Amino acid sequence: MDLDPTDEQRSIIDVFGALADRTCPVEQLREHEPLGFSTALWEQLVAVGAPAMAVPEPDGGAGAGILDLSLAVESLGRRLAPAPLVEHAVTARLLARVGALSPDIVDGAGIATLALRPARSDHVATLVPAGAIAEHVVALDGDELVLVTSPPGELIPNLASAPLADRTLAGARVLASGDDARLLHSQAVDEWRVLTAAALVGLGLGALTIGVRYVTDREQFGVPIGSFQSLQHGLADVGVALDGAQLLARKAAWAFDAARADAARIGAMAFLFAAEQAQRASERVLHYHGGYGFMEEYDIQLFYRRAKGWANVLDQPSREYARLADLRYGPVAATAV
Amino acid sequence: MDFTPSTAAVQFGAEVRELIARVFTDDVRQRAHDTGTMHDWGLHRAMAGQGWIAQTLPETLGGGGRGPEELAVLFRELELAGAPYDGLSICAMLAFVIAHVGNAMQQRLVLPKLLAGESLIALGYSEPDSGSDVAAARTRAVRDGDRWRINGQKIFTSLAEESEWVFLLTRTDPDVPKHQGLTFFLVPTSAPGFELQPIHTLSGKRTNTTFYDDVIVDDEWRVGDVNGGWKVMLVALAFERGVVGGTRDAARLLAVAETQLRAATRDDGSPALADPDVRRELARLAIDCEVADLLADRAAWVAATGQLPGVEGAATKLFASEAFNRGTNRLLDTAGPAGLVQSHDVTALDGFYEYCYRFAPVTTIYGGTSEIQRNLIAQRGLGLPRAR
Repeated sequence: MDLDPTDEQRSIIDVFGALADRTCPVEQLREHEPLGFSTALWEQLVAVGAPAMAVPEPDGGAGAGILDLSLAVESLGRRLAPAPLVEHAVTARLLARVGALSPDIVDGAGIATLALRPARSDHVATLVPAGAIAEHVVALDGDELVLVTSPPGELIPNLASAPLADRTLAGARVLASGDDARLLHSQAVDEWRVLTAAALVGLGLGALTIGVRYVTDREQFGVPIGSFQSLQHGLADVGVALDGAQLLARKAAWAFDAARADAARIGAMAFLFAAEQAQRASERVLHYHGGYGFMEEYDIQLFYRRAKGWANVLDQPSREYARLADLRYGPVAATAV
Repeated sequence: MDFTPSTAAVQFGAEVRELIARVFTDDVRQRAHDTGTMHDWGLHRAMAGQGWIAQTLPETLGGGGRGPEELAVLFRELELAGAPYDGLSICAMLAFVIAHVGNAMQQRLVLPKLLAGESLIALGYSEPDSGSDVAAARTRAVRDGDRWRINGQKIFTSLAEESEWVFLLTRTDPDVPKHQGLTFFLVPTSAPGFELQPIHTLSGKRTNTTFYDDVIVDDEWRVGDVNGGWKVMLVALAFERGVVGGTRDAARLLAVAETQLRAATRDDGSPALADPDVRRELARLAIDCEVADLLADRAAWVAATGQLPGVEGAATKLFASEAFNRGTNRLLDTAGPAGLVQSHDVTALDGFYEYCYRFAPVTTIYGGTSEIQRNLIAQRGLGLPRAR
């Protein structure tokens, strides 16, 4: 057991944090709403090779693991960085698996994304993350895993100011079918869960940092409000849960890299826990701002909206819990025999 | 970063499980349940016989040099099996304290008995009027030549009925700030003037009130300096938090619930494990258990790197005990009226939620309440200003 990041991992955390701070600090995030995408930030990510960081070397990538990528994503999440690194990375890895990875995706000139839920029967993938900025969309359409390359879809305004769009899959190229298709898709969604867990952990920690600073500076009744036990206890609970969420997200990423049999299960846990705790952290810190927390001008609302948006773009949480139970106990039909 | 447990920890875990299975049989478990005792001498001595108590001490103090990761494994396995380990954790802690700050006589006479599993020590910290504010203790020790005269009362002196000594926190100077007038003693429970009365608790476990009426002890039973009691307390706390137990009650709840539910059917004949409410609550509990384990891993990891896991231990204790309470409450609800039924047969799985519901509340109280842990995390971990 060694729970400390290596020197190299520390530098990943620092480099991506500095990159986001330089190119798109949280204060400037509103300039990129409602689309939720900073071209300058994406160019910087392209410049450091982030889009293909976790693509295997033979496919033109840097061959990093999910853990290293998740540390980059956590760092970006702390700053709410408006760039679809998670979607692009998992899609690039999927395309590499089926030998359909094009050079523009490797270098990041073309953005790729994944429809997380199967397409509708009319061959439209709905509310696709990064669907409003990506050219390449991989989706599960009926029995087939398909790749469509078309202009980005029209932004659907949403709670998180995320670049969501519906994408029609007409004219798509078939990458795989049947069980292969479903397996490839679910593998990519599993990776998305783990990496989104890291992003949500970052989001929660970013909110907590804002909260600690605010309650230390803000005075009422002649003292910093952070000296009141009610606030201290609220923030202590948030801090402990986020520590746990971070450990769990990192363990899940590590489990994927180690190809452990329980990796998907730990990833499902990491996603659910990170989503819940990021939401709680941002909600509580918003509340501790009092009326200011409700003002558009204060940054905490940006965290509060994204905490819900980044997670629920996948599915209803209750169905994710049910899925976790299926992973532990088998599906209900099998149990009922 | 690597989450793989060390080979030594995995191997030790297997040894611990094997010993528990061999020694802590259903009969023994039933006896512990019926008597409400938090201790089983057979198990305790079997563990001591393996050298496990001695091995908890750092090598520098003459111990076996098992690292914090292995130490955590020992307590986790005991907890997961529902085996009593309070005696072990107190012994290990007191061995650590005595090895650190005990005098030559204590190290010669007391330490070997603890390590061999021959004797137990009970913790005499809490008083009727001082619980979380432990430094406000009023049990008085007054010097009388080479001896001390002790008068007062302690509460929740668990295992005193099985112990040879009480590790007693006393007030030796009432005229200085409260932390500066405390002194620790090892008080023999055979001393004239010592008395105990059982306290029966919600979970069925027994603890005690202990009384000290002109109890005389020689100065050689003093642990640490006169008025240096708080420093001794910090040594004890440094050992206790986050490593020696209190992290796996929820894991035990989950394990028993899963075993039970796999076999159970509802009144309508459907499998209990097909119930969506049950499945969701088990999934939630499984996540909390994973998180509690990881927080415990982190505390052990911090300790293994030579730091004191103060904040990390507090975080573990807080999260694990709160999660146990949450999980118990929710699972009990999923069982409906059937969850209310009591059973005193420990081999039956029925009644387990009902028992947990009576046991869970104490876990967020003893060993430092959740509020004390949150204070520590907020102020030392998050750096918030001292509460007013």
